[in-house]
Amino acid sequence: MVATFVSGVAKEGSSVHVTNVTKDFAAKDRTNQRTLALDGVSLSVAAGEFVSIIGPSACGKSTLLRLIAGLDFPSSGELRVGSEVISGANAERGLVFQDPNLFPWLTVRRNIRSGLVALRVVREKNHEVDEFIRLVGLEGFADVYPHHLSGGMAQRVALARALITHPKVLLLDEPLGALDAFTRMQMQDEVLRLWQARLTTMLLVTHDIDEAIYMSDRILIMTPRPGRIDRVISLDMERPRDRSHPDFLRLRSEILQLLDFGRR
Amino acid sequence: MLFTQREVKEIADANERAQATSTIARPPESQNRDERPVEKVRWLTLLAVPFAAVIALGLHAFAAGNEPPAEALLYTYFLSGLLVVALIAVVVQSVWAGLRKWMRDSYPLIAAAVFCLVGWELVTSVLHWLPLPYFPGPAGVLLSLVNDSAVLFDSTWHSLLLLLGGYTLGVAVGLVSGICIGWFPHARYWGMPILKIIGPIPATAWIPLAMVLSPSAMFSAIGLIALAVWFPVTMLTASGVSNTRASYLDVARTLGAGRAYLIFNVAIPAAMPSIFIGLFMGLGASFLTLVVAETVGVKSGLGWYVSWAQGWAEYGKVYAALLIMAAFFSTIMTALFKVRDHVLAWQKGVIKW
Repeated sequence: MVATFVSGVAKEGSSVHVTNVTKDFAAKDRTNQRTLALDGVSLSVAAGEFVSIIGPSACGKSTLLRLIAGLDFPSSGELRVGSEVISGANAERGLVFQDPNLFPWLTVRRNIRSGLVALRVVREKNHEVDEFIRLVGLEGFADVYPHHLSGGMAQRVALARALITHPKVLLLDEPLGALDAFTRMQMQDEVLRLWQARLTTMLLVTHDIDEAIYMSDRILIMTPRPGRIDRVISLDMERPRDRSHPDFLRLRSEILQLLDFGRR
Repeated sequence: MLFTQREVKEIADANERAQATSTIARPPESQNRDERPVEKVRWLTLLAVPFAAVIALGLHAFAAGNEPPAEALLYTYFLSGLLVVALIAVVVQSVWAGLRKWMRDSYPLIAAAVFCLVGWELVTSVLHWLPLPYFPGPAGVLLSLVNDSAVLFDSTWHSLLLLLGGYTLGVAVGLVSGICIGWFPHARYWGMPILKIIGPIPATAWIPLAMVLSPSAMFSAIGLIALAVWFPVTMLTASGVSNTRASYLDVARTLGAGRAYLIFNVAIPAAMPSIFIGLFMGLGASFLTLVVAETVGVKSGLGWYVSWAQGWAEYGKVYAALLIMAAFFSTIMTALFKVRDHVLAWQKGVIKW
């Protein structure tokens, strides 16, 4: 598919700064113990950069993303987008989950349009809905309800819905995790295409090392309990990247070593 | 139809999982099983109603001697008319596919209904197993229905007004209180105890109080029906709203949604399946309350008619009114089903109705 520029906006990204953030949760039982989910996490993402966070499950990746989205608040530390402190969720930071979470009572078109409705700009920007439906290649499915869609299609709708409000940062929480291998690779290209068209700042949480290497400018590796950023790996391979290139494979085994899965 | 939110979600998720494995774009398929072609209807089905009508006529000819002439004649007309219409339909269906489909679906049921009439006439007018005047035959009920049709029509009209008034009021208040209790923690804290204490009391138990408090029987009846509807609607609306999937709300927030959008465009649509269960339960409660309220206070309507006819020991009229009630209530129920089918069209294919 050919990249289409939406509304002629070339660069809409914004930088993200996380400074010394901790987050703890009260335990669900009566012990009153608090679990430390994030312990002194600091990171910076440049405007328009594509950064992946990988790490084993329960290392606080999703917690970090929720904090940046503004759906949750840190126990201490500071989160900023550009120069603004994050004080709650808004349309500047889009979020796509592993489950597409499409509103089942709305058709594909209305799902994609829901961001415009929420922002009360439907009248001015309704024409963009069709552009976004085309952008994710779902022209024939605009008036279909979500349960008729395959997993990949549903996730494309979720991407279009998150992008239509022109967020400055797009947070992706294992968005391709539930897809089969082929659909996933196809969708990786699609996400990259959307990113290159818009240069939205992308922050991708994944547990798929190949995905992280294939897509990112930088990879942050997190360790669990409490969640910390352990290592940062910068990648300067050219895109589209070759998944069987020696550099790719070398990097892959390096990361596996770091995550303690390497051949011992 | 009675699926809980959780079940609906589980089924939806199972569907999603099943479809997630496929990368091939699938257009929406028609899942309506009524769309199978109707080529031919079996002769047995086609002749079921005429056959039943002939038997009914035969039995009636035998029983007519035991019945007053007016009754016997009217019922003969009725059964003959039924036979003629059924036979005409058998002929017409060969050129009219729509009628053929309807006959295939409904003829066995209609035939069964006619056989019920036969059984009824048999145990009343022929065998005299059931004591009069409490159990008149179908002919007697039909005559009451026809003779008293003006009063019955007027009663139905009054019942309809009362029912719609009470139901609308109950639903309106129930939706508002349900949404508030489901969404706002404060409303939940103060509202839930009231709901839990007042809700389970049958609305009809308030009749003595309602008679004292309200200026007219009409007012108190509307209030009682509204109260009966209010409880299930509030309960199910509140539970639907408060069980909205948190991830839908999270998504909406990251799309820039404010509180109004979260309530009206996310929580309420998500709660719709649950709300409709409340609406159906409320409708059932409203029928009950309507009939009781009309029996004890209001001087019009079908409930009043039944108790009035019973007072004169005119049981033919009692049964006539019961027949009208059955038709009246099931029509309203069907109308609500239609509304639900329209509003919850998005569920088609997710759950089986």
